[in-house]
Amino acid sequence: MIQVNGRNFTWEDGLTVQRLIELKRYIYPHKIVRINDRIIQEEEYGSTLISSGDDVKVIHLMAGG
Amino acid sequence: MISDEVRTQSNIISEYRYTTGKIDKGYNNRTLYVNVGTGEIREKPVTQMMKDKLIGGKGFGLWYLWNAVTPETRWDDPENEIVISTGPLGGITQYPGAGKSLVVTISPLTGMPMDSNVGGHFGPLLKFAGFDSIELQGKSEEDVIIFIDGNEGIVKIEKSPLKVSDSHLIGEQMAHVFSENEEDKKNVSVVSTGSAAEHAFMGLLNFTFYDARRKKIRMKQAGRGGTGTVFRNKRIKALVVRFRGVNRGLNNPVNQDILNETGVKMHREIHENDAKQNRMREVGTAGLIEIMNAYDLLPTHNFKYGSHRDASKISSEIFKKMVTQNMPDGCWYGCSLSCAKAVDNFELKTGPYKGEKVLVDGPEYENAAGLGANLGIFDPQYVIEGNFYCDTYGIDTISFATTTAFIMECFENGIINREVTGGLDLKFGNREAALELLHQMGRGEGFGKIAGLGVRRLKQIFIEKYGADPGFLNDIGMEQKGLEYSQYLPKESLAQQGGYGLTNKGPQHDEAWLIFMDMVNNQLPTFEDKAEALHYFPMFRTWFGLNGLCKLPWNDIVPADNKKEADPTKVPGHVRNYVSIFYAVTGIQVDNDEIIRQSERVYNLQRIFNVRMGCGRRVNDRVPYRSQGPVTVEEYESRAERYDGQLLELAGFDPEGKTTAEKMAVLRKYREDQYEKLIDAVYERRGWTNNGIPTIKKLKELGMDLPELLAVVEKLQ
Ligand code: SF4
Repeated sequence: MIQVNGRNFTWEDGLTVQRLIELKRYIYPHKIVRINDRIIQEEEYGSTLISSGDDVKVIHLMAGG
Repeated sequence: MISDEVRTQSNIISEYRYTTGKIDKGYNNRTLYVNVGTGEIREKPVTQMMKDKLIGGKGFGLWYLWNAVTPETRWDDPENEIVISTGPLGGITQYPGAGKSLVVTISPLTGMPMDSNVGGHFGPLLKFAGFDSIELQGKSEEDVIIFIDGNEGIVKIEKSPLKVSDSHLIGEQMAHVFSENEEDKKNVSVVSTGSAAEHAFMGLLNFTFYDARRKKIRMKQAGRGGTGTVFRNKRIKALVVRFRGVNRGLNNPVNQDILNETGVKMHREIHENDAKQNRMREVGTAGLIEIMNAYDLLPTHNFKYGSHRDASKISSEIFKKMVTQNMPDGCWYGCSLSCAKAVDNFELKTGPYKGEKVLVDGPEYENAAGLGANLGIFDPQYVIEGNFYCDTYGIDTISFATTTAFIMECFENGIINREVTGGLDLKFGNREAALELLHQMGRGEGFGKIAGLGVRRLKQIFIEKYGADPGFLNDIGMEQKGLEYSQYLPKESLAQQGGYGLTNKGPQHDEAWLIFMDMVNNQLPTFEDKAEALHYFPMFRTWFGLNGLCKLPWNDIVPADNKKEADPTKVPGHVRNYVSIFYAVTGIQVDNDEIIRQSERVYNLQRIFNVRMGCGRRVNDRVPYRSQGPVTVEEYESRAERYDGQLLELAGFDPEGKTTAEKMAVLRKYREDQYEKLIDAVYERRGWTNNGIPTIKKLKELGMDLPELLAVVEKLQ
């Protein structure tokens, strides 16, 4: 299990940031990803592995509409 | 095309000559009053109190309206006014999004003050013609045109020679008549509405601007709340302003350099980042369709669901191919965000202009989401056609869509049938029926005429005439305070339920859009967090309406390093820009806190205005259950995993082995209870009583303890 934006999410082996974004359908382009408070750059989404128990934040920068 | 007879002396009802002046630090320090009933035209001074406490724009509009009406005034009484104002920053050309006008009137839908923010060139040209606002009062006995000639310093009320009734033609003809030649059309802006505003309560106002590249008249809409209906009720056919000589210094700012530098920085940022962020220059706001669909927020079938398998058929990629690319689509000079997209040479398939090739301003997100997804019609050609006709008939697309969605759900539930609709098969997905309803609204005929009254009145009619269950209709009728919801699904975001429900004018998202912060990011976990957001964002967004600004350049583009800011959702870099340009124009140094206080003053004035008109209390802030949770079994079961999970985790109720009806009842109780707690927290944060009345203490803190306001709230503390 991991935390995504403070809510439980099932972890799977080899889970990358990219995969998580796909699973969650987080298609909005402008967002900040942090794993345990460390910012992950967009270029690293595909190569950054998420470990079980990690606290992941995917903050969508949208106060729009 | 009509001839130039409109200019002849014999058509003039009254005339007023004034001395054209010079703007001082963003203000003319005078406004224009026109009474179409008596023919009176005069100037009014802007007082220091107005500038200090109300700033401009919506602040001026509300103040004039407050002084014009009584608690008994109805929307169609002669004393009701339409006030159109810019603000001190309105008309600057250096910074994007500075051409907005704010329209204020007592709404036929809500019976309260309505405010609507609109682009186009009218507001800035009115300002350069010499006036910070225009008040339109009275009721004429015949159709009239009001013409403000900012070149010569003349204001006239004239008999209208117009034979046409729809805005795209009125705009074109008036621009032709009141300009000297094609080149001069850029100096003219026309406000009008269309044929539907004669009958429908959801009439809008179109504000034109001349697109020099296309050599065409374009239109932006003051959509919400029936401003066009009031305009037609006063029998104003067109309001025209002409001013030659727009230039970057006309506001006489105190510091032109700061204005230039801040503007250049912003243009560079848009140029470098828009393609990577929201692609406003490519697709405008329509880019939101696929995003809202992916996050289960795109209303479909009268806000039942938040996504649909066919949504890709009306996605921005489709519209991108339809709107003309690489055009300078700013709705005022200097807006490099250029989101005012247009479809050129669109051939109409239905209605009175069938076969004609027209320019369609749009589609914006609201058009596509409302006319398309919410009616279950995933056809981009139809969306553009509906967009055109809504605008030219003078119908608010949002209210039309939400009303039609409500009608369709009633139709599918057997509450009404073909007999009631005059044969229209108003099922979800029926494009032809939706368009015919729109044309009937334009003609003021048949069921379309009834539909034009909006959801609140339709509920009453369906209950009284067709025996509908009031509970069900109140649950599914997506209106609050009489205004139809705009096109976002707030069910899964308590904060956005408040973002819609705890507004002054009714459920329009321009005060607060918190769905991502709340539902997706989970950044507002407590009631206090939500209340803080429902204080800060509505106040911050109000500020745009005080100054003649567009909200979009605040957060539909953000600095590349915004991620590094402590509170990136507020886009602090842009807030600093606004502090700079407010100083650069007015010479008044403010900070972020003072921006919020400036807005709070006007926000509280509007709330008290609502109270004065018999609304503005806790009971008026409650919302239909469709906006809070699943009304029907099919809604619940479509997202059963989500709702079952919430029952267990949040409501402490084990859904195992329970019927859907039992689970729905518990979920409803839980969610309605949460909303009440949210109201408590928000009222406290805003400095209001438990019944939603601004406290005297709060008014004193804000310097808004004006005798008129105290007289309303004192007895309600
Ligand atoms: S961002 Fe769009 S709506 Fe706002 S001023 Fe610019 S063009 Fe007009």
